Amino acid sequence: MLIEAQAISKVYQVGDNVVHALNSVNLSIVKGEFVSIMGHSGSGKSTFMNMLGCLDVPTAGTYLLDGVDVGKLNNNELAEIRNLKIGFVFQGFNLLPKISAQENVELPMLYNNTSAIERKAKALRALKMLGLEDRAHHNPAQLSGGQQQRVAIARALVNNAPLILADEPTGNLDSKTSVEIMELLVKLNQEENITVVLVTHEPDIAKFGKRTIKFVDGSIVSDSIK
Amino acid sequence: MRSALTMLGIIIGVSSVITMIAIGNGASESIKGQISSIGGNIIMVVPGSVTSGGMRMGTGSQSTLTKDDAIAIEKECPSVQVSVGVLNGAVQAVAGNQNWSTILYGTTEGYFVAREWNIEVGRLMNEQDEKGAMKVAIVGKTVVENLFMGADPTGQIIRIKKIPFTVIGVLEQKGQSPIGQDQDDAIYIPLATAQKKIFGTRFPGMVRSIVTKARDMDVLSIAEQEINDLLRQRHRISAKQDADFSVRNLTQLMQAAEQSLQTMTILLGAIASISLLVGGIGIMNIMLVSVTERTREIGIRLAVGAKASNIRIQFIIEALILSLIGGAIGVILGIVIAKSISFFAGWATVLTITSVAIAFSFAGLVGIFFGFFPAYKASMLNPIEALRRE
Repeated sequence: MLIEAQAISKVYQVGDNVVHALNSVNLSIVKGEFVSIMGHSGSGKSTFMNMLGCLDVPTAGTYLLDGVDVGKLNNNELAEIRNLKIGFVFQGFNLLPKISAQENVELPMLYNNTSAIERKAKALRALKMLGLEDRAHHNPAQLSGGQQQRVAIARALVNNAPLILADEPTGNLDSKTSVEIMELLVKLNQEENITVVLVTHEPDIAKFGKRTIKFVDGSIVSDSIK
Repeated sequence: MRSALTMLGIIIGVSSVITMIAIGNGASESIKGQISSIGGNIIMVVPGSVTSGGMRMGTGSQSTLTKDDAIAIEKECPSVQVSVGVLNGAVQAVAGNQNWSTILYGTTEGYFVAREWNIEVGRLMNEQDEKGAMKVAIVGKTVVENLFMGADPTGQIIRIKKIPFTVIGVLEQKGQSPIGQDQDDAIYIPLATAQKKIFGTRFPGMVRSIVTKARDMDVLSIAEQEINDLLRQRHRISAKQDADFSVRNLTQLMQAAEQSLQTMTILLGAIASISLLVGGIGIMNIMLVSVTERTREIGIRLAVGAKASNIRIQFIIEALILSLIGGAIGVILGIVIAKSISFFAGWATVLTITSVAIAFSFAGLVGIFFGFFPAYKASMLNPIEALRRE
């Protein structure tokens, strides 16, 4: 079991209002799954994603990632988990604009004591895997949206993280490129046995996953496997 | 552009620290130069403040110092290395068809030891010259210029009060004295010659002053006391009476001046370093802006696994780099300003590696100090909110 969420709740206090972003969510994901999470904005799917990504900790419940109880970790240990176990792919790519594609891919390795030579080798290998070896020295601004997203995927892969969390990865892309990126994620899921959790509100994109989970008002309302 | 403006504070701070210290050091250096131009550790004995005291002791004259006093000081004061009598006055010197008004000093060989003054051409006067009251003269550079048009004067004749003197040596250039007197505008002859043939004396062996040199700086005050005691004893003046002479310790006066200048230098440096501090606040300001602008970048870094400490170090290093680049430019600018002040204003400036190093490392410290708060702020960002920020 890679992900095991047991009765996870998240409560925010906004002024006088208490917002229940997540209500006692239970979910298990095994290694190698491709899960699409759907829901409208405000449904709690992004909050849930942040929990899965160890960017946030639940107010109640336990979240076990690869057997580790994330709720008991301090900020530095969370950073380490993010670094080694999780690769993020964002809607807005989130590449650093002033450095090259290769340096962007090297970024996660800056924080785990990888030597400069190894960083470069691994970054180039990851870029090659995604067909971007000739774009290694381009800045993000010199790349198309699809290429930028592939650089971001390379960055997510480079530490051999077992889990990729993709938050609306195709939201800023045209439909043809969206399909390419989704096919790429499917390929990584199948060939590299990387677990992919995808957040989207587009059914067309969600259907690339084998399992679809729907969130409404902070709770899971359906969980179907294709 | 923005970084350049930020660095400007540091640049101005560092360069003004360096310039101020250079000017201050230059001033104390020139005082040191004056001390050594007098000759180090010199104590002068000049005659009497006794005239207003109502009572006149001994010979009943204001000029109470004698050559024997000088000799006794050298013999009996253990802290004194050399002591010589000097009898001087203004004279008109004539050589060939040139004439020149200058100061004539009658003294002995020890005078040049005390003043640390070497002969450049020829020889110094010696004991035979003194004993025989020989008509020999040693001249300063200015006299050579004016009487001999810069030509080698040794062996030539100078007439002073119609008495012919043979030039036996030329002194090294000494430059101006602390009070602006040209020390090279002088002629030196044996003391006995001056007493007997030029000035005459009201009583045997009279000198106008005694120049002594202490063995080293540490015994300056002791030597001063010894001289005082000895002369009081020789002149039969009790401790209650005013002395008919006064002992002047020039070196100590100069050292006091130098010390106050050093204090001044430190003060100037401290004032200049306030601008460094202001520059540091500028850096803090720009780093805070930068943290705000780069919130998303920080979010990305946190998401891919940067720890708070990584972010903190990154921003501190950026502040440090800013301030060190500013510091380096400031060092160069400071050196250029100091040099051009020497060049255009003619002030002495002395650049030391220490002052440059201090200013530079101070700039670095300012960078770290003022970079810390923005860096801390950056490291405390919540990654989710940071990523959401545009």
